[in-house]
Amino acid sequence: MAVDYIYPDYEIIRDYDRCIACRVCERQCANEAHEYLSDSKKMIADNAKCVNCHRCVSLCPTRALKIVKSDHTFKENANWTGKSIKEIYKQAGSGGVLLSSMGNPENYPVYFDKILLNASQVTNPSIDPLREPMETRVFLGAKPDRIERDEKGRLKKNLPPHIMLSMPIMFSAMSYGSISYNAHESLARAAAHLGILYNTGEGGLHEDLYKYGKHTIVQVASGRFGVHTTYLNSGAAIEIKMGQGAKPGIGGHLPGAKIVGDISKTRMIPEGSDAISPAPHHDIYSIEDLKQLVYSLKEATGYTKPVIVKIAAVHNVSAIASGIARSGADIIAIDGFRGGTGAAPTRIRDHVGLPIELALASVDKRLRDEGVRNNVSLVVGGSIRSSADVVKAVALGADCVYIGTAALIALGCHLCRSCQTGKCNWGIATQREDLVKRLNPNLGYKRLINLLTAWQHEIKEMMGGMGINSIESLKGNRLMLRGVGLNEKELEILGIKHAGE
Amino acid sequence: MREGMFRNISGCAISGIISRSGKRFSGKLIIDSISVMHERSNGLGGGFTAYGIYPEYKDYYAFHIFYDHRMAKKECEEFLEEHFDIINLSKIPTTKIPEIKDEPLIWRYFVTPLPTKLTDSQLDEREFVAKCVFRINTGIDGAYIFSSGKNMGVFKAVGFPEDVGRFYRLEEYEGYSFTAHGRYPTNTPGWWGGAHPFALLDYSVVHNGEISSYDANRRAIEMYGYKCTLQTDTEVITYIIDYLHRKIGLTLKEICSVIAAPFWSTIEGKPQKEREELEYLRNVFDSKLITGPFSIIVGFEGGIMALNDRLKLRSMVVGEKDDMVYVASEEAAIRVIQNDLDKVWAPKGGEGVIVTLEERKV
Amino acid sequence: MKKSWKYWVSSMQENDNKQRCGGEKLKRVYVNEKWCLGCHLCEYYCAFASSNEKDMARALKDIRISPRIRIEEMDGISFAVSCRHCSEPLCVKGCITGAMTKKDGVITIKKDKCIGCYTCILCCPYGAVSPSEDGAIQKCELCIKTNSGVPKCVEGCPNGAIVFEERGE
Repeated sequence: MAVDYIYPDYEIIRDYDRCIACRVCERQCANEAHEYLSDSKKMIADNAKCVNCHRCVSLCPTRALKIVKSDHTFKENANWTGKSIKEIYKQAGSGGVLLSSMGNPENYPVYFDKILLNASQVTNPSIDPLREPMETRVFLGAKPDRIERDEKGRLKKNLPPHIMLSMPIMFSAMSYGSISYNAHESLARAAAHLGILYNTGEGGLHEDLYKYGKHTIVQVASGRFGVHTTYLNSGAAIEIKMGQGAKPGIGGHLPGAKIVGDISKTRMIPEGSDAISPAPHHDIYSIEDLKQLVYSLKEATGYTKPVIVKIAAVHNVSAIASGIARSGADIIAIDGFRGGTGAAPTRIRDHVGLPIELALASVDKRLRDEGVRNNVSLVVGGSIRSSADVVKAVALGADCVYIGTAALIALGCHLCRSCQTGKCNWGIATQREDLVKRLNPNLGYKRLINLLTAWQHEIKEMMGGMGINSIESLKGNRLMLRGVGLNEKELEILGIKHAGE
Repeated sequence: MREGMFRNISGCAISGIISRSGKRFSGKLIIDSISVMHERSNGLGGGFTAYGIYPEYKDYYAFHIFYDHRMAKKECEEFLEEHFDIINLSKIPTTKIPEIKDEPLIWRYFVTPLPTKLTDSQLDEREFVAKCVFRINTGIDGAYIFSSGKNMGVFKAVGFPEDVGRFYRLEEYEGYSFTAHGRYPTNTPGWWGGAHPFALLDYSVVHNGEISSYDANRRAIEMYGYKCTLQTDTEVITYIIDYLHRKIGLTLKEICSVIAAPFWSTIEGKPQKEREELEYLRNVFDSKLITGPFSIIVGFEGGIMALNDRLKLRSMVVGEKDDMVYVASEEAAIRVIQNDLDKVWAPKGGEGVIVTLEERKV
Repeated sequence: MKKSWKYWVSSMQENDNKQRCGGEKLKRVYVNEKWCLGCHLCEYYCAFASSNEKDMARALKDIRISPRIRIEEMDGISFAVSCRHCSEPLCVKGCITGAMTKKDGVITIKKDKCIGCYTCILCCPYGAVSPSEDGAIQKCELCIKTNSGVPKCVEGCPNGAIVFEERGE
């Protein structure tokens, strides 16, 4: 129907003086937005097919392409925005739930951007990381509340299982299926090289990647896909996924079309069948049930691996975290409402959850108030965009952060937010063989190493500026933070002072 | 504004003397030592800790208390009578001198916990006493216990340390060890309780530096029932040492490996057993690592411990002569009282110098 | 059909290693079909490199390019082919005027000596030599005559499928 026609949001602009009609744009666009007219020897483009992923722009050898936001507009209306109107047209036409990918793009406050860091002047020297040791090593896991000594008076190693990281950063859960094998291989190899961990997500672990087990967190989610004893024992830690920041309260759905070949084998489900992860774990309807799963997994792995419980940041997150800290979990991972996803209902992604900064501050405080902070380590994710975010998160009280979107961007993702189409032109969120090969893990893993090496150096510089030479002295050190433009309540929740105080 | 309402950053001078044989000597020696470092203080705080000064009351906790007004004294004494047997109480003797002004009421009590109260509390004796000290310091407006150990005492005031020593007539006390502090705060403290040393039970700390890990340490230690009311480094360091030594049971040497932990690169070069132990300590007690510049002298019953931060960002020198050991921010502060030293050295960053009375072991 | 193509690709790589690693240690262009996307950018970068123009649009606008590297593709497999700089080069052996020489491991052409007999084109088992527009022949000379530093096809490959490296046996 005519009413269903929606003018494209973005337009492909081609500079015909520069276009040499090499057709790379045409060959590289899985959405078939470009076309070569052989009679006129000219390239043309269909804006309606463009998802604004920049694959053609990046590969165009003569820089003849750019994508611009369309200036086509509805009559201006501060209430009924063009976006709202278009969404109604789409739903009136399809009768369906709107789907989106990657993190919440809406204009909610980003608290990290309203927090400033401290530096030393006069009374306390800053430290140059190029001249002095500067340590970023962290341990994750529960800490004993008492020491024990042997008959000779030496300290006994009464530490519960823990993991050691070279810096407080890990790659967050992204399943094989939601992202490609090559993306997984890049993450695994980079994690191994960097001395950190990556996370399988709920898709099982491809047999070729078992060799990176020491740097792998194996996830157990509500669908239990790909979970078996060998899988559990192959990782350095086990994560129970209760929720995801992008879609709290919602399960997962990988369409049958993507359950092909090795993915079907790795997930242990028939080819072509939909992989549906239920919204809750159907064996966990309460906190005591969680405790049973935690201990089942510990039994299955001989109490040798820390268990992480990952939850989405929701309104009563601190009470939930406090319960988890008493349920045998060694690590709590909290995912903020800006966290990424391969596909989520738009309304859920954009309207449910909490900013990670507030969730983290309130959980850290609650666990300390209740004296259980040492029972668990805290890992936070949900839009950590730079080393400054890492430093702020650690100063608010996190032991470590998870990065997902940032890692994918390093691999080439341009945040076009069309993962749900399965036609990722950068070879990340796709299973189409010709697209998957576009991500060469030999290049990808190096880019991830570069990114985190750079971040680590920046973290060291910021720490040095504060006169801190080991990351544990930054953890929970909220005096190193000041808020700008935040109200009393926000400052109170974050547990920080306002700039100038 | 008074100490505790804001974070008051200080530079400082510290000094400490101990006789390993336990021979008691006059407090004059420590006054002479600290006065040499006059330039390192600015007249806004000075103080001393003296160990072995109350042998006649050595089985009783000696509380030194500042009162802002008589009401506070009345309220505090009611609390003390309710929880303790008060063996003796008196004003702490002082000499009026023009350099020391605005003194509060300064009282001393020798006490022992009431057996019934102690039993009811289900706490060990020292924990009971520490809890009572916190109750008074945070609960009774205008009362502040600044010394609470046995056979030891803290003497502190706003002023230069040598004047504070004269004010308290420190030369009249005899002890086996003394520590001293001259303060150079960046802000006016306006309150005697903010001067140093800071003490809890028999642990006392004098400290020179500004630690960058302050809030990480504060938030970690407050989880165990401590309240950092003064917002000073010395306070949080004292609580960490009290926690690790008294509550957890680490040795002083192990405590040095926690609060001024060796770098990972150093740990990796150690033999396996030692490496594992150091890794264990850094992992388990990670939030008690103190970074940023500090030199501290920790006093305790039967000894002292001197320690620098892991990068040695503050000066500290140790000297020995026969059974005497001297520690000071500057060598001159040792030489002025003992120029004929057997040995003098500057300990490395993170290398704790632990000196105990010969008959003791910690 | 499919089998024979795959066979050709793999036998070519095998042959490649034999031919090229005859004790010579030299940086060469290697191609990995696993990562070749068939985007043909290498061809355009090659044509640009030999144009000696500063701007690619100006160099290649409205012309039909004649690159020294070519993508062969069939059945979803693509593969860039250019001169292997064989250790026993048949083209050099076959050249009747001495226009083709091998120096420091790189086979180059002296255009002024080439009479355009195309013997080399017939000899080359890889089809890496082709006629050029100026009457002589052309082939990959590893960009040593251009100002590119590394071969331009390598620099321009978006997926690391063409590499310039030293491989020993």
